[in-house]
Amino acid sequence: MTFETVIGVEVHAQLRTNSKMFCGCGTTFGLSANSQTCPVCLGLPGSLPVINRTAIEMAVRAGLALNCTITANNRFARKNYFYPDLPKGYQISQYEDPICQHGWVEVAVGAATKRVRIRRAHLEEDAGKNVHGVGTAGSRVDLNRAGTPLLEIVTEPDMRSADEVVAYLKGLRDVLMYLDVCDGNMEEGSFRCEPNLSLRPVGQREFGTKVELKNINSFRYVKDAVEYEIKRQTKVLTEGGKIYQETRLWNIDRGETAVMRSKEEAHDYRYFPDPDLVPLQLHEDWIEGFRSSLPELPTVRARRFITEYGLPEYDAGVITTSKGIADYFETCLKQFNEPKTVSNWVMGELTRELNNSGTDIAASPISPDRLVDLLMMVDKGVISLKVAREIFPELYSSGKTPQQIVQDKGLTQVSDEGALGKVIDEVLRNNPTQVTQFKEGKQQVLGFLVGQVMKASGGKANPGKVNELLKKKLIV
Amino acid sequence: MSLQKLGLVELHKKFTAGEVTATEIVRAYFLRISQVESKVKAFVTQTEEAAYQQAECLDQKLKVWRKTHPLTGMPLAVKDNICTEGVPTTCSSRMLQNFAPPYDATVVSRLRSQEYILVGKTNLDEFAMGSSTENSAFGPSRNPWNLHCVPGGSSGGSAAAVAAEECVAALGSDTGGSIRQPAAFCGVVGVKPTYGRVSRYGLVAFASSLDQIGPITRNVPDAAFLLQAIAGHDPMDSTSVDRPVPDYMKALQKRDLKNVRVGVPVEFFTEGLDPEVEQAVRPAIGELKQLGAEIKEIRLPRTDAAVAVYYVIATAEASSNLARFDGVRFGFRAKETKDLLELYMKTRQEGFGPEVKRRIMLGTYVLSAGYYDAYYGKAQAVRTLVCQDFDAAFKDVDLIVTPATPTPAFKLGEKSEDPLQMYLSDIFTISVNLAGLPAIALPCGFSGAGLPIGLQLIGRAFEEDLMLRAAHAYEQSTAWHRQKPNLR
Repeated sequence: MTFETVIGVEVHAQLRTNSKMFCGCGTTFGLSANSQTCPVCLGLPGSLPVINRTAIEMAVRAGLALNCTITANNRFARKNYFYPDLPKGYQISQYEDPICQHGWVEVAVGAATKRVRIRRAHLEEDAGKNVHGVGTAGSRVDLNRAGTPLLEIVTEPDMRSADEVVAYLKGLRDVLMYLDVCDGNMEEGSFRCEPNLSLRPVGQREFGTKVELKNINSFRYVKDAVEYEIKRQTKVLTEGGKIYQETRLWNIDRGETAVMRSKEEAHDYRYFPDPDLVPLQLHEDWIEGFRSSLPELPTVRARRFITEYGLPEYDAGVITTSKGIADYFETCLKQFNEPKTVSNWVMGELTRELNNSGTDIAASPISPDRLVDLLMMVDKGVISLKVAREIFPELYSSGKTPQQIVQDKGLTQVSDEGALGKVIDEVLRNNPTQVTQFKEGKQQVLGFLVGQVMKASGGKANPGKVNELLKKKLIV
Repeated sequence: MSLQKLGLVELHKKFTAGEVTATEIVRAYFLRISQVESKVKAFVTQTEEAAYQQAECLDQKLKVWRKTHPLTGMPLAVKDNICTEGVPTTCSSRMLQNFAPPYDATVVSRLRSQEYILVGKTNLDEFAMGSSTENSAFGPSRNPWNLHCVPGGSSGGSAAAVAAEECVAALGSDTGGSIRQPAAFCGVVGVKPTYGRVSRYGLVAFASSLDQIGPITRNVPDAAFLLQAIAGHDPMDSTSVDRPVPDYMKALQKRDLKNVRVGVPVEFFTEGLDPEVEQAVRPAIGELKQLGAEIKEIRLPRTDAAVAVYYVIATAEASSNLARFDGVRFGFRAKETKDLLELYMKTRQEGFGPEVKRRIMLGTYVLSAGYYDAYYGKAQAVRTLVCQDFDAAFKDVDLIVTPATPTPAFKLGEKSEDPLQMYLSDIFTISVNLAGLPAIALPCGFSGAGLPIGLQLIGRAFEEDLMLRAAHAYEQSTAWHRQKPNLR
């Protein structure tokens, strides 16, 4: 029997607010334990939550970008369960009428476009962290993360393969990062994904029993875990076994999933409307204000880059992954309209330096102006492409202008025929064999000779000019 | 005349005029406490040392710069479920026996900014669950009028402390009658403000949609005076309402009730109402008429459903509100537990008393899968009907008058074995919380056994001013509030 895989995905996206969902504490990652807490997020007796307005705005913007209907009358609900990292004994979440409903997102899977429907996206607060086995015996609780706003985004079971899941997650992450509502950092847990997966015989309408996958913190593991689980379930079903509804954890080291809890252990969360929070009314005008100010989203922008700038699809995709990169790219184009050249530099040298130093493009030490300066120097023949590449790390780290660096290092390209002629003459003298070969019709030797000239000039010679002069001298 | 005989407004005037120092006030009150507290047992914690220190500081400061607030130097008691920074806030529960919160409730910080003096934290039924203070983990308080009787509850400690003159006034909290019932039992005045009028931030939640903090005082002007200090919007409490607070003292100036329509709900005068109570309340209604009020019979047909609705909604919210007492971060933690589950179970088994456990179980049940619609959902629907009863009644009348309780104070132990009987002692106060309305209880007579009887006036939402004005007019024309228990 052949099976069809049916996958839906739940994503918990941490919203980039400065303060927590229901109190004024900060949301910075990695500070010392319990340093970002107050009576509210510690769940001390008597404390009360107050809704963070920015979190609502971010959820609305995300919902609009995901083509959702925004719920006008919002209620928060309590999800009741006991766990040491959950200070109040309940999580404030949304149950009925989530803030965003019935949306969709279009993502590129290979050459095709796939529409994944969004069932709902709701706001909730994050839990803290239990810390085991550090220092003295016993477990500890760090509540710095407790109360951080999360947007839980749930799809319909629209995906059919690991590639589709990864494409959806990448597309979703791009959108959220574009809107600047989530930093998308999977390792730090600001973008957590939980695919749920079932198989059914091809042609069958009813869904099979689904399994939820957790502990996946990179796109690679998404693909690995989903593919593993497809194989596992296929094997079980083929051998006549039964799939149990359960939550399974991805084990990175072993490359397999293992049961975390079964459905029998599922909680009765006793959801009910949180009486500490009054219903939150969102006015239509307010929502529409956000709709009209939404930025151009990545897929649309990528399409425009292809048609307007003639960028290859690959380049357009990479450049538009982040709003910062795309904005940087377009700023450069305003002064230097060579899209492919700019895209090469942005995707290549610049991205490499940014990644090495862990810097966001918004904080890039090389501004668009400065990059354009450099590219114009190449374009005008002041320096060679090679020199430009060589000085790039210094340009990135020193804060000097490209002109300064070139001048300090004496790297100005030599185009002067007299000066170049001397170097060429010397190279021709030292390589008589190659000269003879060329004259015998072996054209390829020209490249070797150009290289020798470049080398002798310390890379400063203008390669175009060298080519031209060499040919002149050899053919005569 | 000894200082502790003076009411809040009177003491404030005397203090502001410089006729008495804060230290003298504190000394008088702690002398009184030393004389009667062993009988009344109103306090869980007394803050004598801090009170003296604060009084001395105040006196020093006032010598240099005589600027006072309405509550400067006033010795107040605060119910022990309202957070006071650095001072134990136990909720009369073993669970919080050693818990001193790191922050002040908004009402307390408002009192503090007015330089009040905290006398102590008063006893209550554990987590405000009860009507007699017998559910306190630290033993019951006594009714100053008869030490064999309960002071009512849950704010029994506050009401007893005010009646016994152990503080000039006190704060209580009212979820189903917890200010008004003990005020009635102890012959003092208690106000449950409109839901949202006073911030709940720092009040350890019992039932969040019903809880409200309010004053317990010796007379109506004192209640108006103290309510003025605590009322108003608080950005830390989303359910507090942002609308102006009227001048309550000014509202008291009008002494007659001309053009005020007062409704008498027939449902409150049926079987179950102690004849002695009715015999006190009827003349009180007559007195309102004498003062110029138009008395009208009205109907509140869903009154009989109120207790049932209340015990579904209040316990549901409580089961969730009390989940945070898990032994992980603060308060009591059971010793020698082998794993997390046992830590939770033993901590809650040993930390909570029987009534609290009963309500947590009830509340957990009514919210659980498969029962939610039949209980919690239905109760919410009926709550709406109860509100509609009041909305309809308030189209024809401006105030509603009822007995505050069906009986005067009962004996200690009399109802503690029968939770349902105990629950019914709040039958006249509960529907007011369900509807979020303001209400006041004030003395209107005594039983044959010499126990106080309370009258309840219910107002429209946010019309505490009219309610206080009517209560004051009545109080002025009677002498009930001048009678004091004989404790010596």
